[in-house]
Amino acid sequence: MSVDRADRADRADPATASGYSDHPPRMGFFTDTSICIGCKACEVACKEWNHVPSDGLSFTGMSYDNSARLSADTWRHVAFIEQRKPLASQEPGQSGDLRWLMASDVCKHCTHAACLDVCPTGSLFRTEFGTVVVQEDVCNGCGYCIPACPYGVIDQRQGDGRAWKCTLCYDRVSVGMQPACAQACPTESIQFGPLDELRARAERRVEAMHDAGIADARLYGHDPADGVGGDGAFFLLLDEPEVYGLPPDPVVTTRDLPAIWRKVGVAALTIAAAGIASFARAPR
Amino acid sequence: MSDVTGQGVSGTQPGRDALTGASTNGAGRSNRGGRGGGRRGEQPMVPKAEFTSYYGLPILNAPVWHSPDIPGYLFLGGLAGASSVLAAGAHVTGRRDLAMRSKVVATGAIGLSAAALVHDLGRPSRFYNMLRVLKPSSPMSVGSWLLAAYGPAAAVAGATAALNRFHRVGAGATAAAAVLGPAVATYTAALLCDTAVPAWHEGYREMPFLFAGSSAAAAGGVGLITAPSGQSGPARRLAVMGAALETVAAQQMEHRLGMVGEPYRQGVAGRYLKVGRALTASGVVVALVGRRSRVASAAAGAALAASSALTRFGVFEAGKQSAADPKYTVEPQRQRIEDRTGAGRSRGCD
Repeated sequence: MSVDRADRADRADPATASGYSDHPPRMGFFTDTSICIGCKACEVACKEWNHVPSDGLSFTGMSYDNSARLSADTWRHVAFIEQRKPLASQEPGQSGDLRWLMASDVCKHCTHAACLDVCPTGSLFRTEFGTVVVQEDVCNGCGYCIPACPYGVIDQRQGDGRAWKCTLCYDRVSVGMQPACAQACPTESIQFGPLDELRARAERRVEAMHDAGIADARLYGHDPADGVGGDGAFFLLLDEPEVYGLPPDPVVTTRDLPAIWRKVGVAALTIAAAGIASFARAPR
Repeated sequence: MSDVTGQGVSGTQPGRDALTGASTNGAGRSNRGGRGGGRRGEQPMVPKAEFTSYYGLPILNAPVWHSPDIPGYLFLGGLAGASSVLAAGAHVTGRRDLAMRSKVVATGAIGLSAAALVHDLGRPSRFYNMLRVLKPSSPMSVGSWLLAAYGPAAAVAGATAALNRFHRVGAGATAAAAVLGPAVATYTAALLCDTAVPAWHEGYREMPFLFAGSSAAAAGGVGLITAPSGQSGPARRLAVMGAALETVAAQQMEHRLGMVGEPYRQGVAGRYLKVGRALTASGVVVALVGRRSRVASAAAGAALAASSALTRFGVFEAGKQSAADPKYTVEPQRQRIEDRTGAGRSRGCD
């Protein structure tokens, strides 16, 4: 049932909203892209820990990014962006008018998760940590979660048929460890912890950056009032979200579902009415 | 920042507090015009492109549903649902041939449609997991339960009519199928609209009516093919009403969607829908003009049923096209932000 949607207006904890009476604090990621060095240790650690199969050895030819995007077989994805633009206030000429933005993307573990709402089998569920996880022994590969995700995260695995995505290392977190990607990150660009703490830390961080003149710095997905009720995995970015392949203003599609059902109901009655009218005697 | 020199490393590592790119000699500068008037803006601002993306890659993961499975399922489900309505009307008004044939059409269509749906699953052997839970937040869950109730009703109605036996059971099944049929025909609009795919989601006000019209046109069209001359009147009227609703709803949807509606006019989707519109128009004309001719009626019915199928294939492909191009995701969202903040051209940093 859509327990999630019932509490959309307030900022309820998603685990509480999903019926957990006693649960640990909501856990999440704060990915500070300003200190990402693009080493991809997160991608590798994720694959190794979670036994994620190869996503193909191909060259995209567009940058040093050859995993291209999140998919069933890429649960962390490091974006590489080259821009003809100095990095904040660095002196032009010193290292050229060029900056590289690197960012490790991941499932957002939304407060209002469309994938979870639309899953017809109950394979996708909310954990006690407020994260969203696929049960691979239940998923029948209907594929509905895939176009429902406003971020393009979850996807169908070729040759397997089921939907796969980041679990926020449910197994590791359950025993008090941190997710593999955060563990492997050498610069602490990927920070794991209780979401409240991460949000407070991120606010301080972005303030410090603004004070240092890095006006491009902004948080993404941190706001519980946004279209998905805030992300469990949020980011500090140095440019507009779409530059990183992120939607600028995502909205959970099921927000409009009550209105959609009403239209469907009226449309169904229209068919019934047309059927009755078809048998009415034509006026002579 | 620490410096590595000939004298060794000086300074301490700031760790994750490192202010990458920050000026080391005082005043910071902003290279963005949109933010904070308090900051100095000496850097010339590069005019911002209307639309940016990550190497043109899509933001959304496109639906993995296949053609013809899913558009075929949308069409056949609509055909079945509306045929059950036609069948019930014919049953009640004593048009026995039309009733029997419409019931058999509904049975065959819903059977094929369910088969297409199962075939499209990544794990077809687990199709029964669809009935593991009932979630109003998932149109596919609601649809699965609808099919689970409607399918047997339509099948019993079809079988009893074809065998001409068990009339009382048949009447009950006919009634049940007629009540559930319109929902089976239209819930598929919720299925598509309840996604992040811009061309589908943004069209949710009209798509249920588009699918309702398309379903009625298909059922009426097939009725025109199967019905004996003396009983084809209701099928003809249902087909024409359906075609009219389909046309009006499609026009309104495309008009309201603006740039998000472009995929409905482009590529494979545009071609399907264009041919569909031509078939609808000619089908309606022939159905009305050729009402005394059995052959003309059947041809008109075939055109209307084909146009209904093309509508579903076109809508399906338009969604795929709109998910594949990031501009349909980014531009409306940007517009939404600007409308909300009233920021005009200056783009806030969140």
